[in-house]
Amino acid sequence: MKKFIGFIKKEFYHIFRDRRSLFILFGMPIAQIMLFGFAITNEINNVNVVVLDLSKDVSTNTIVNKISASSYFTVTQLLESQNEVESIFKKGKVKAVIVFEKDFDQQMRNAGIAKIQLLTDATDPNTANTINNYITSITQNYAKEINQDIQLPFQIVPESRMVFNPEIKSVFMFVPGVMTIILMLVSAMMTSISITKEKELGTMEILLVSPLKPYQVIIGKVIPYVFLSIINALVIILLSIFIFKMPVQGSFFLLGLESVLFIITSLSLGILISTMSKTQQTAMMISLMGLMLPVILLSGFIFPINSMPLPLQVISNIIPAKWFIIIIKGVMLKGVGLLYLWKETLILLGMTVFFILLSIRKYKIRLE
Amino acid sequence: MSVRDENIIEVEGLTKAFGDFKAVNEISFVVKRGEIFGFLGANGAGKTTAMKMLIGISTPTSGKAKVAGFDVFTSAEDIKKNIGYMSQKFALYDDLTVRENITFFGGIYGLKRQQIKNKSNQLIEELGLEDVKNQLVGSLPLGWKQKISFSVAMLHEPKIVFLDEPTGGVDPITRRQFWEMIYKAADEGTTIFVTTHYMDEAEYCNRVSIMVNGKIEALDTPQKLKEQFKADNMNDVFLKLARG
Ligand SMILES: Nc1ncnc2c1ncn2[C@@H]1O[C@H](COP(=O)(O)OP(=O)(O)O)[C@@H](O)[C@H]1O
Ligand SMILES: [Mg+2]
Repeated sequence: MKKFIGFIKKEFYHIFRDRRSLFILFGMPIAQIMLFGFAITNEINNVNVVVLDLSKDVSTNTIVNKISASSYFTVTQLLESQNEVESIFKKGKVKAVIVFEKDFDQQMRNAGIAKIQLLTDATDPNTANTINNYITSITQNYAKEINQDIQLPFQIVPESRMVFNPEIKSVFMFVPGVMTIILMLVSAMMTSISITKEKELGTMEILLVSPLKPYQVIIGKVIPYVFLSIINALVIILLSIFIFKMPVQGSFFLLGLESVLFIITSLSLGILISTMSKTQQTAMMISLMGLMLPVILLSGFIFPINSMPLPLQVISNIIPAKWFIIIIKGVMLKGVGLLYLWKETLILLGMTVFFILLSIRKYKIRLE
Repeated sequence: MSVRDENIIEVEGLTKAFGDFKAVNEISFVVKRGEIFGFLGANGAGKTTAMKMLIGISTPTSGKAKVAGFDVFTSAEDIKKNIGYMSQKFALYDDLTVRENITFFGGIYGLKRQQIKNKSNQLIEELGLEDVKNQLVGSLPLGWKQKISFSVAMLHEPKIVFLDEPTGGVDPITRRQFWEMIYKAADEGTTIFVTTHYMDEAEYCNRVSIMVNGKIEALDTPQKLKEQFKADNMNDVFLKLARG
């Protein structure tokens, strides 16, 4: 035990005396979360829209008021005819035109369905998409309100797909992904680099000649990164809660446990990578290409998995990050417990055991 | 120095093959307790490979070897408790200070806190490191690093210390000083197993073996080897051997 404390102390000296690791460990997580939170979000604010109201009744009036009252939109103009639509887009200041059909209210009450035409400037497809979602959500809210008073449900727009993120805050969708990437980066890449560094410098040999057993050496090298990863996970969660007002619907305890599990998965991957690489450079390349890229592309973090081609969907199953993202989205956004997440948890656990066994095998082979 | 008639290393037909290539080819020798045993050979002769088998981090392809009474095949962990090792690559932590390095290595060899303190104070005084003890090792000249490296390998007072080219790349004065440290350790009863490709250093050893292409071609005291090969110095011995 005392040997371990010395070992861990030494590891912390390495980390705190190396600017590069310090930056990766502490600078990157905060920078990334801020970047995703503020800059790369799909959030919109005071977007200019114009309204073409061919009906001018109670319902359309209420909806227009709701739209202009939200902080997302500014209704800059009320159009009189369809002819004006094209010219208004060409000026470029208006991002969307909302068209209410004739006799909107009547249609809704008689036919049970009324149409809104939403024209968005798709030169910026992301924003266009977001506007679409926001307007949908506003009209849907209105439909809900009036449906409370009346027996027959009216329908205005198709159902919103974003059930668990009612305010459609995109930052909520990014936080789980960013957290996953950062934990992966810190746990897998940093450990694999720090282990191969000892190989490269020849100190690993000295450690292996010492009475320490090989597995003790590895555990000693890994423990500091467990601590740091846990701190990182905490920082990310706190930032999300306090700066981005992200809710944690489910249990904090479960969130913590699942995060520790994923940290261990990543660490075991890091160890595995270190058994395969002779130099720090290789370890870093394998970590980036073999881990980060799949996490970004295939985990569902940026590109939704069910819109991928089938082969990629199949491949995505072997990426631990995919399961972890499902788990934290479940806990944070849906507030579900282990009852719903046991399958994903078990998969992650299985992968971890597999990686650890594989590294033990590889490690033995490497020592000949 | 007291060489005792007791074998502390026994090697017989030890071989290490990498694929078809035999880096170490059926070498046999014994080292006596308390001896300074020089393991000579040109670059690539197989010295490091042989040493790694003896210190238990590389499994031999065939042959037998016992170190400090333990078999390299079955009791590598026991061997590790009885030996010190200084690798051919300089291997202290550059980003730790002199004191931190000593503390760390003392710790992993299971020394007690008080022991570590005493040892490092003693070491710092003997090596004249008072002024630099809190400096990062990376900033020190190579000769100093190697002396510290050797002292670190000796921290836990091992029965045998394995030194792989400990004086590679340092100036003659530092080499001399280094050999004085080796003598001192031998005086205190440590067996020294040292590889080198500086033939003049062979003169400092009790006995030397000369390795050529994985085989031991000569093994005796420097005096007897010079007589046998009718040479003035070890360098000539080596040249004659190499020419065949
Ligand atoms: N892991 C290895 N795989 C293949 N060949 C090796 C390996 N280690 C050493 N060798 C080869 O074995 C020979 C002896 O190397 P080494 O023991 O390092 O020599 P020395 O220490 O005497 O300079 C060299 O030709 C070297 O290339
Ligand atoms: Mg060598």
